[in-house]
Amino acid sequence: MNEFQVEIKNQLEKFRLNKIEPFMEEDDRDEKFRMEIFTELGQLGFTGMSIPEEYGGAGMGLEDVCIALSEIAKSSISYAVTISVSSMVQTIINEWGNEEQKKKYLPALTSGEEIGAYCLSESSSGSDAASLKTTAKKTENGYILNGSKMWISSAGLAKTYIVMARTGEEGSKGISAFIVRDGMEGFTYGKKERKMGWKVSPTREVLFQNCFVPEENLIGKEGEGFKVAMSGLDKGRITIGSLGVGLAQRALDEAVKYSLERQQFKKAIFDFQGLQWMMADMATEVEASKLLVFEAAKQFDQGRLEQKLASMAKLKATDTAMKVTTDAVQILGGVGYTSEYPVERFMRDAKVLQIVEGTNQIQRVVIARCLKKQYQ
Amino acid sequence: MWFFSDEEKELAKVCRDFAKNELAPFAEKHDEEDSFNEAAFRKMGELGLLGITADPKYGGSGLGATAATIVMEEFGKACAGSTLSYLAHAMLCVNNIEANASEEQKAKYLPKLISGEHIGCMGMSEPEYGSDAIGMQTRAKLEGDHYVINGTKMWITNAQYSDIAYVYTRTGDEKKDLTTFIVEKGMEGYTTGNPIHKMGMRSSPTGELIFENAKIPVANRVGEEGDSTYHMMKNLEIERITISGISLGIAQACVDQCIKYANERKQFGKTIGNHQLIQKMLAEMATETEMMRHFLYSVAKDYDNGNKGATVAAQVKLALPKMATKIALDAIQLHGGYGYSREFPLERMMRDNKLNEIGAGTNEVMIMIIAKNLLKEAAK
Repeated sequence: MNEFQVEIKNQLEKFRLNKIEPFMEEDDRDEKFRMEIFTELGQLGFTGMSIPEEYGGAGMGLEDVCIALSEIAKSSISYAVTISVSSMVQTIINEWGNEEQKKKYLPALTSGEEIGAYCLSESSSGSDAASLKTTAKKTENGYILNGSKMWISSAGLAKTYIVMARTGEEGSKGISAFIVRDGMEGFTYGKKERKMGWKVSPTREVLFQNCFVPEENLIGKEGEGFKVAMSGLDKGRITIGSLGVGLAQRALDEAVKYSLERQQFKKAIFDFQGLQWMMADMATEVEASKLLVFEAAKQFDQGRLEQKLASMAKLKATDTAMKVTTDAVQILGGVGYTSEYPVERFMRDAKVLQIVEGTNQIQRVVIARCLKKQYQ
Repeated sequence: MWFFSDEEKELAKVCRDFAKNELAPFAEKHDEEDSFNEAAFRKMGELGLLGITADPKYGGSGLGATAATIVMEEFGKACAGSTLSYLAHAMLCVNNIEANASEEQKAKYLPKLISGEHIGCMGMSEPEYGSDAIGMQTRAKLEGDHYVINGTKMWITNAQYSDIAYVYTRTGDEKKDLTTFIVEKGMEGYTTGNPIHKMGMRSSPTGELIFENAKIPVANRVGEEGDSTYHMMKNLEIERITISGISLGIAQACVDQCIKYANERKQFGKTIGNHQLIQKMLAEMATETEMMRHFLYSVAKDYDNGNKGATVAAQVKLALPKMATKIALDAIQLHGGYGYSREFPLERMMRDNKLNEIGAGTNEVMIMIIAKNLLKEAAK
């Protein structure tokens, strides 16, 4: 890590221990998101990290972003993921939007006053995103949206939504991307999903019933929506990987600390070889994931990233997070199973990392596809 | 299973129907609310399940490990938390009283425990003594016609709902100076602590048993002073076999749900069951569940035939819960976003099953036992 990276890591470590950690047990139980935490992270410059400074961003590279998110994830996957999704929205606007759209939407997002949300999945199109059914019908000076989107992180909290809807033919080429704002007529939120983990970050359905979206809210051109949706993919996968790294690192920290303190059969349980092997494996997996994720981020920043590596980073880091958090519960035993210790929450939070941003099954398909291309 | 008797098949059917009507419809609610399905529990008494291994003269059904495992599996498919509470009552409390208590004690306590009027629990673990249970520090001291007990028991399933607790204490300084008591709710100096919030098994209440100069009559001592380790040893195998039945139920329910979903859910223009990665998950989880079933019931049957099999019972307890966690995690994965949501029971089943890798002896303790037994046997 360079000096700047060490500094952001230290700053965020301090912040999470003082401002996030104390609320997590309670807020996980009550499924409560604290906007003030998000706003404060914004004031410190962590809600618009990769956006250029002229729009209020911090102009950081992906490696820096990954270091920051990884640190936040040690206390709360939920806040880390809220930032990560909001950043994806900003990146899309920054890369595909016109000057007017950038000026209009980016400052409130980069500063952390507002949150952004990304709406692609539908009840019957998850992994197969190109089959989405939400329609956008052209009218005189805009579009009429109808349909619904599912599994939308930050829905209800967010003000700016990027929505993928069908303006043309079936398949990926008939999709366009729109900016939809909270409060627009015909745009409403469904019930809050009850989930296994990520409880602090709300997930809801969003519904469009003859929702009029003005023409100037179209991102890019008609038919470019699928490209827009997929453009942030590599970055998104690496980012999710970095959350996995932070979470797994924290679970490992908790397991090792506990095993050094806890005595059974008159010695620290750390001294039992069975647990030593578990922890040695955990530490090795965490380190391997960390190296893979940060190498992918570095290559992304240098403009030489291959898609394969982004998928591998996501796959490895999130599988590791699942395994390491599960083992951490096991090492803590009975107390690990209670909400008095955070590891059971970590385990619940880890699972969805294997599902979002392309399930790990999809990552394997992508990796295999790249291999085929490489060897043919 | 080919070796199930007609009686066992009938039992499975009765349990399946009961689980379908009394457990499954409420499992989500009790998980969500962290509450106990007390009504269903009481009704298990009417079916004769609460004293499944107890002598018929006290109202029990006089059946063995196979029958008890069948109940665990069928209930486990619907609501693992309720099943765990059932296990704590029927296996850890009732079965221990049946196996170790005097005729007088049995006549006094068993009928109400078996009818469902009373709820039972068992107290062994303490905050500082989990895997190392024999090191326990809750002390019982004889004073005239009663014992004075001080200490706290932790992770006690059914604690705050229990009328009767089967409790292990220390009566001397030697490692094995442990003595068992039957403690009644309301006895002087005996209370239960706050409920413990858990990741899973939330419909099964967990709490502490607190003894502050508790006065327990000598008549409530089970056997003689120092008998506890002998008592514990007697029932370890059946406890390990039956708890594994819950994991089998969870694995089977996951497989059933996955097959159904893979035939329904469409992505990329075809049902996901047509994708090879999904087929791999399905085929493997079904194969593993079948292995679990055959391993578990053959060990249970063997136990009923008089071969206790300490090593193999620990192997069952190591293998099944571990495999079921993996299967439940894969079942969530196969369902994607839906699997992660609480609309489907899969995430609950995964959370519930994780406990089976920790409770009734952690995986790590099973490994110790298995290895120790194997090495000792070979050295003979």
